[in-house]
Amino acid sequence: MFFLKRILFLVPLLLVISSLSFGLLRLAPGGPFDHDRAPASPEVERLLRARYHLDEPVWQQYGRWLNDALHGDFGLSLKYRNHTVTDIIRQGLPVSLSLGLLAFGFAVGVGIPIGFFTAVRRGEWADWGGSFLVLLSICVPGFVIGPLLAMIFALKLHWLPPALWGAPLQAVLPMVTLGLYFAGRVARLMREGMTQTLQSEFIRTARAKGLSEFAVLTRHAFRLAVMPVVSYSGPMLADLLTGSFVVESIFQIPGIGVFIVDSSRSRDYPLVIGLVLLYAVLLLVMNLVVDLAYGLLDPRVKYE
Amino acid sequence: MPVLLNALGKLPGAFSFLLLAVLIAGCRQEPPADLTVINGPDPGSLDPLLVTGIEELRAVLPLFEGLTRPDPATSRALPALAERWEISPDGRHYTFHLRTNAAWSTGEPITSADLVYSWRRVLEPTNACQYVNLMYPLHGAEAYSAGQLKDFAQVGVRAPDAHTVEATLDNPCPWFLDLCAFQTLSVVPRAAIERDGDQWIMRHPPFSGPYELEYWRISDRVRLRRNERYWDAANTRSRIVDLLVMSSPATALNLYEDHQVDVILDKPLVPTELLPVLAKTPDYHTFPMLGSYFVRINVTRPPLNDPRVRRALALTVDKPRLTQRIAPTCEPADQIVPGATANYLRGEGQHRDPELARRLLAEAGFPEGKGFPKLSYLADSSGGGGGRMNERVAVELQDTWRRELGIEIEIRSLEKKVAIVAQRTLDYDLSRSSWIGDYNDPSTFLDLFTKANGNNRTGWSHPEYERLLHEASSEADLGKRALLLRDAETLLVRDEVPIIPLWFESGFTLNSPTRIEGMFGNVLDVHPLNAIRRIPDSGTK
Repeated sequence: MFFLKRILFLVPLLLVISSLSFGLLRLAPGGPFDHDRAPASPEVERLLRARYHLDEPVWQQYGRWLNDALHGDFGLSLKYRNHTVTDIIRQGLPVSLSLGLLAFGFAVGVGIPIGFFTAVRRGEWADWGGSFLVLLSICVPGFVIGPLLAMIFALKLHWLPPALWGAPLQAVLPMVTLGLYFAGRVARLMREGMTQTLQSEFIRTARAKGLSEFAVLTRHAFRLAVMPVVSYSGPMLADLLTGSFVVESIFQIPGIGVFIVDSSRSRDYPLVIGLVLLYAVLLLVMNLVVDLAYGLLDPRVKYE
Repeated sequence: MPVLLNALGKLPGAFSFLLLAVLIAGCRQEPPADLTVINGPDPGSLDPLLVTGIEELRAVLPLFEGLTRPDPATSRALPALAERWEISPDGRHYTFHLRTNAAWSTGEPITSADLVYSWRRVLEPTNACQYVNLMYPLHGAEAYSAGQLKDFAQVGVRAPDAHTVEATLDNPCPWFLDLCAFQTLSVVPRAAIERDGDQWIMRHPPFSGPYELEYWRISDRVRLRRNERYWDAANTRSRIVDLLVMSSPATALNLYEDHQVDVILDKPLVPTELLPVLAKTPDYHTFPMLGSYFVRINVTRPPLNDPRVRRALALTVDKPRLTQRIAPTCEPADQIVPGATANYLRGEGQHRDPELARRLLAEAGFPEGKGFPKLSYLADSSGGGGGRMNERVAVELQDTWRRELGIEIEIRSLEKKVAIVAQRTLDYDLSRSSWIGDYNDPSTFLDLFTKANGNNRTGWSHPEYERLLHEASSEADLGKRALLLRDAETLLVRDEVPIIPLWFESGFTLNSPTRIEGMFGNVLDVHPLNAIRRIPDSGTK
């Protein structure tokens, strides 16, 4: 019931989001056909606007758009005039999703072990070293890491390609660049969770029962210690999928991140709305998934 | 609960499987290209009717061909679809003879009817082609495209037989043959367009140029494959060509240094800070091209409505110094028309004379800048290095005018589209501007400042200027015409000064002379791909 309600709630939310972004976009000066070079004549300009219904009042345009959208048609892009919005998203989304999931895998795969071991080796050199690296990965932004990695691994060592997308090796640098910050966050959450869990009563009980240290750590402590990471993974995944703009432009990856910025810059109204809705749905679904995972991991959490 | 836990235990396995699947789906291995070119921003379209940007025009050139095509070395018109032509003595009638072996990539012959259809498509009012003004020299074209003339038979193009095209112009037009090579006027496939509508270009239509579109992935690349049925396919030197989309100059240079790309076109595609370093390598090529960087002045706002004030502003700018500091590969400009332009006679331009400038300003009522209102200078942030360059120019000018004239300028930095609207609605005092010529003739620059031109954007017009340009447009003698145009330009830049030219743009390419052949610099900055190839065993990946 809880989930059904949440899903139903999506409908009015998306309506509000779409109408708001529709209105706000039209408030920005300049239109999709305002280039450095003016159209050949005012008449040409008028015809051009009429062709894409930009001459109608905004509410009427919104009604037209809504009607088409309900029929699954999100319209032609105004910048890529040979492509529909659906086409563009269909081309870019799998790429951004792959990149986002790879980076997610990297963040979790690297962050959890580091957090785990720095907690276990608390106060030792391994902890200091690990924590320093974690701090570094959180502090240095992607637009510094990316070019740096490309310089070292592509231009100096020639191990990996410097940019573009298509071969598995080309995915490595973007994955690391995008995932590094999140790996740091995950490692810190994991370390904190683990440190706290290791001090709790039930761990002492487990040890007192004579369980091996390995079993105590992996079977008992880990499950509770990983909870903060799980609750963070929802927003993290959303961040990874929406925040890939910088990485996509550093490595020239044909994902969808570039359109988020470019489409509003070129006043490509249909594309902007399409992307806004896509991300709204992504975020809401991601939160839902996290809630679901919470229920599975922690028996104390119940949904009505 | 145990079931759930069990499922949870399998999650990592399921997740890595998912990852793998996504990775495989996201990455498709394709054969490498024979030539890889960094072309710049994402083309918005590949339909000759819709393209306007340089990156779009470059991608369309190899796909569709017109009556003529540009010479890779000089950019002048060479025979293409038309094998030869005759021009009447008054320069107003052209008879083109199409080659009989011209064929679409599907094998069907290209006929004169295809050409007439393609030109009509550009002129059709409902198609609202943004570049339609290029066809205005054609008799009746302007009236038809504005919807005033309904009968297409009265437009000056007809096809008396399958291999002849006759074009009638209103006035002699020395650049008409060059125009026939322009992408907007190329031959497009009627049946495919009528069948597939807006998305025809994506549905494997027939192509008339040396290449076919293999695929076009937005924000990735345009991949071209040699059109084996092209009449001159034997001289198309690379089989598969990739035109890469690139937004980051640093990435472009990384790929070039890693030998993953062969050619970088355009200056904004390499980091500006590295230009002096690159200039020392043999890969660096720069050449004069038809482009001007200048300042527009809004002459409708006092005190800028006084030509003396405008002249004072222009006379103080140290153009050689400014150019040296900000655009070192370019040539300082005292005129708006670049010197390399055909049919052009250079007249007197704007010179530096701060003494005279101060006198003029005093005459206009502002001795030593006293009482002069604070003006704003509009600098748009047109992305990356370009935006920073515009702001650096603004700062230089601000400093010059403060020092020489004692007047204050405030810099107004706006996003590109907002700046364009401000310029068009004359909501500015001074505004940075640039213009790239469409064809090789002074009129591509001088026409901008006629009263009716949508790109004027200064509020300036002058009856004498209109008269000179009008007279020049109907003058068949190129020598006399050049004199008329020279007088018009002198009136524009020396006497009336609605604009302050700063420098002439220079073309730029980065390509190794030992790895690549067929790359030339020319004034239109066109680089036909069919002439370019990678020299075998030259070490490109």
